[in-house]
Amino acid sequence: MFPPLPNPSTTDMASRFSGKDLIRRSASNVPAPEKQLTEVAKLIDVSKCIGCKACQTACIEWNDTHPQVGDFTGAFENPPDLTPDMFTLMRYSEWDNPETNELEWLIRKDGCMHCADPGCLKACPAPGAIVQYSNGIVDFVHENCIGCGYCIKGCPFNIPRISKVDHTAYKCTLCSDRVAVGQGPACAKACPTQAIVFGTKDEMKGWAAKRVEDLKSRGFVNAGLYDPPGVGGTHVMYVLHHADKPEIYSGLPKDPKISPLVEAWKGVTKYAGLTVLGVAAGVGLLHHLIMGPNRVTEADEEHAEELTEGASHGRR
Amino acid sequence: MAADDLQPNERIHPGKPVIVDRYTVGARINHWITAASLVLLALSGLAMFHPSLFFLSRLFGGGQFTRFIHPWIGVVLFFSFLGLFLRFWKANLWRREDGTWLGRFRDVLTNHEDNVPEVGKYNAGQKLVFWSMSVLIVILISSGLLAWDQYFSQYTTIDQKRVAILVHSLAAVAIIGVWIVHFYSAIWVRGTIPAMTRGRVTGGWAWRHHRKWLRELVTKSGKGTGSSGSKPAE
Repeated sequence: MFPPLPNPSTTDMASRFSGKDLIRRSASNVPAPEKQLTEVAKLIDVSKCIGCKACQTACIEWNDTHPQVGDFTGAFENPPDLTPDMFTLMRYSEWDNPETNELEWLIRKDGCMHCADPGCLKACPAPGAIVQYSNGIVDFVHENCIGCGYCIKGCPFNIPRISKVDHTAYKCTLCSDRVAVGQGPACAKACPTQAIVFGTKDEMKGWAAKRVEDLKSRGFVNAGLYDPPGVGGTHVMYVLHHADKPEIYSGLPKDPKISPLVEAWKGVTKYAGLTVLGVAAGVGLLHHLIMGPNRVTEADEEHAEELTEGASHGRR
Repeated sequence: MAADDLQPNERIHPGKPVIVDRYTVGARINHWITAASLVLLALSGLAMFHPSLFFLSRLFGGGQFTRFIHPWIGVVLFFSFLGLFLRFWKANLWRREDGTWLGRFRDVLTNHEDNVPEVGKYNAGQKLVFWSMSVLIVILISSGLLAWDQYFSQYTTIDQKRVAILVHSLAAVAIIGVWIVHFYSAIWVRGTIPAMTRGRVTGGWAWRHHRKWLRELVTKSGKGTGSSGSKPAE
């Protein structure tokens, strides 16, 4: 077992990180932080998950969200998808293992992966609505959010959801408010099997290595850690028994990266677009300075008068 | 048919100078609703396009309201432009002289309009502006609806949304470019703006820039069109 995090003390304590620790801020620049915080990570060991949904309940409790009572749709997922009130979701899939001819019940806790290279933040047009701390946590700042949904287009994992109530985007915060006072996320605290553990990223990688070794010894030769390099690694990682096929876990992307469409939109289009418009305006100005206005002359007016004279008799 | 260029309520008032009615009050109101929408769309859209222009969102009462109002202005623009399209499409059909006019575009730019063919109500440049606006507005409204998260998010996949927003941005840049051309031409060619403000231009302006149109109008009025069909200018 992983030693559990101690309970918090009841005395006041200073926050372990703040606005001074930002390494990225949407649609704005931040000065490099003075110190680098230790990177944290949540490790979700899919092979240990029993699908009890304690993590979902803890998430609702801690974040004080109020998801609606849903309808039974014939599936274990409840609610059927992430919502602005449900930041994490157990996803269940039944997979026929072609090698063993056995049915495997794969359960994955879905939610924000806290990418090192966050697509949501890249896409966000509102200054300071999405921030990334040097410990790896990617957080949404609701007072700056304009509700445009660009983060949804930026995210390679389909995580953010826009609230129809306050029109801002919601997702897992990695319990940044708990981490700030030395606690782990609420879901990790609630997990009865330690399928969810939390610590520094290095610790978690080390722990995962042991778990992978154990799984391999039990015949899961493709067991491995999911820490996708396409998004610079993530601060929520999975131990998968079939790491060679992440997509069997309810569509976990095999090689997630920020879509080239988003890169084009937030890269070349943004800069080239404004340049083109600036040049167009500049060319107009220059043309006017060199060529001057195109004025109607007296002669033009006289021509028009001559032309209309004949016709004018037919009119009132 | 040469007369296709002519639109209802275009009339010549002989005098010194000659005055030609170019746009009805309806066409002008229609134009200015479109113009105001386009400018507001550009400002609110640019606020969400580039971080250094986000300050423009303050004109609309902040980011949330900018995000809310932008698509609605788009709807207004679409229907308003549809009105303009129905009014003007016929006069903007491509004609033989338009190619020649475009071929001598250098003379147009250097204010040597005597060397270019006589043109009807619209020259090739204006026609290109008209048709690019038409095409771009169709692209913008359709891609815009796909990106309108508040009402239409459930109808598309995320990849479709990504394509939509990229196309929307590119088309927006293009239409602002076309607008710059349109706006600059109206300033550069003096005497043009009264066509859209007071609805009339001088005969000299028509002679200089749209001689074929002026000739057609003169021919028409010469045929004694004081009869029932035409109404007095508004």
